[in-house]
Amino acid sequence: MKSYLWAALLSLSPFAALAEDAFATGDLGLVVERATGSLLLLDRSEHAALGRIEGLGDLSHASMTYSPDERFAYVFGRDGGLSKVDMLSRQVVARTIQAGNSIGGAISDDGRLVAVSNYTPGGVKVFDAETLALVADIPAEGKTIGLADLPGRRFAWAVWDTGHAFVGDFSGPEPVITDLGKVGENPFDAVVTDDAHTYLVGLFGEKGVSAIDLWDDTPKPRKFLENYGKTEDDMPVYKMPHLQGWAFAQGQFVLPAVGQHELLWVDRDTLVETGRTPVHGQPVFIIAQPASPYVWVNFATPLNDVVQVVDSRTHEVVKTLNPGKAILHMEFAPRGAEAWISSRDDNAILVYDTHTFAQKARIEAQSPSGIFFTARAHQPGL
Amino acid sequence: MPDGVIPLGLVIVLALCAGAVRAEVASARAAELEHMVIQDCGSCHGLTLKGGLGAPLTREALDGADPETLQAIILDGVPGTAMPPWRPLLSEPEARWIADYLLEVK
Repeated sequence: MKSYLWAALLSLSPFAALAEDAFATGDLGLVVERATGSLLLLDRSEHAALGRIEGLGDLSHASMTYSPDERFAYVFGRDGGLSKVDMLSRQVVARTIQAGNSIGGAISDDGRLVAVSNYTPGGVKVFDAETLALVADIPAEGKTIGLADLPGRRFAWAVWDTGHAFVGDFSGPEPVITDLGKVGENPFDAVVTDDAHTYLVGLFGEKGVSAIDLWDDTPKPRKFLENYGKTEDDMPVYKMPHLQGWAFAQGQFVLPAVGQHELLWVDRDTLVETGRTPVHGQPVFIIAQPASPYVWVNFATPLNDVVQVVDSRTHEVVKTLNPGKAILHMEFAPRGAEAWISSRDDNAILVYDTHTFAQKARIEAQSPSGIFFTARAHQPGL
Repeated sequence: MPDGVIPLGLVIVLALCAGAVRAEVASARAAELEHMVIQDCGSCHGLTLKGGLGAPLTREALDGADPETLQAIILDGVPGTAMPPWRPLLSEPEARWIADYLLEVK
């Protein structure tokens, strides 16, 4: 009776209309349509595209991050464009061309600052998340890579040309930049572990991986996997592996071998190699399926029409999928029930059931690359 | 939207391209190569070839470079950099087609 009364009252109040028109963003996502400079708005629950947002410039290698309320996406374009997209009005609400050439970005833990990693001119620029007004400009002696957010309004990054890693603290009135030292030759990407304990930096110009203990009072690079990396005899690398997907499964890191068709498994505590998995091609993304022992892997051209699923307990491939041509990215439903896979050359997003491996849906998209669900808003390191 | 205009422009320019280039690479393969330049080379050099981890490859940036030098770089890569050798995936005429394409079209 009581609830009936409430319903009657609500239907007469202005809140009723508000509730009907309200649109939650928690199961939405955006797909980068790299060739057309557009984004496709996805509804994860409905397996549907809701609309297209245009005018974002050169979106090759574009990535994005979300505001804490999951309403706004900050899109980092190759052409130096930083765009703020409103998921509700489906429009670009702010945009700045902040550099000639950029590679990625991150949002601060409090959601107030957006940092962008630039190639030309090299450096990191930090913007007010509300207005996209410039807050700080940190030049670098080269191309900056591996930008990640750290707790306490801080960001970490590394410089391809000089091999140094940095932490920038933007919590005070003036930024405080700390040089953490040389991690090695040509760091190509870096990632922070999910507990924000370790900054892992992959090297292209020499063997080994660098780990920096961010919980230490004076963090310093430490090399491990001294035999990891490319040698003259290795196979050509037709696409740089990405490390944001470095999976952290079963007490291990999983790394893409560079110039080898292998995954490398490393004990998380001792940083000693625990195994290798021969796979279909040069791994690009290795992404952990949430709430499971599995990681999913895609590959560099020309072997990029396959996705493999690997068990982190046995290090064995348990499934090989052929979703379509030029598989560029994979994104899991936050609780792991589905894998969403982009096929650039089939112009489609494919949705797989992670339990049965059945394809549940196919959504048309124009040359899709990265898929980004709004749940990323709550993931540290992005 | 310049992105939307480019492909039509390319079709016209390719149709006017030197006979020697077209003679060496069949038109279906040429379309694949163009796709490869934009999408796969674009991964490092940018979809509009203005550069990224790799150097810019626009016509202005290349500024009349020797096509045979470009062909050699495409086939054998640049040691000590991230530019891989594409010889396992491309024939010599195909690499030359890409070199000419970069110099004449992009």
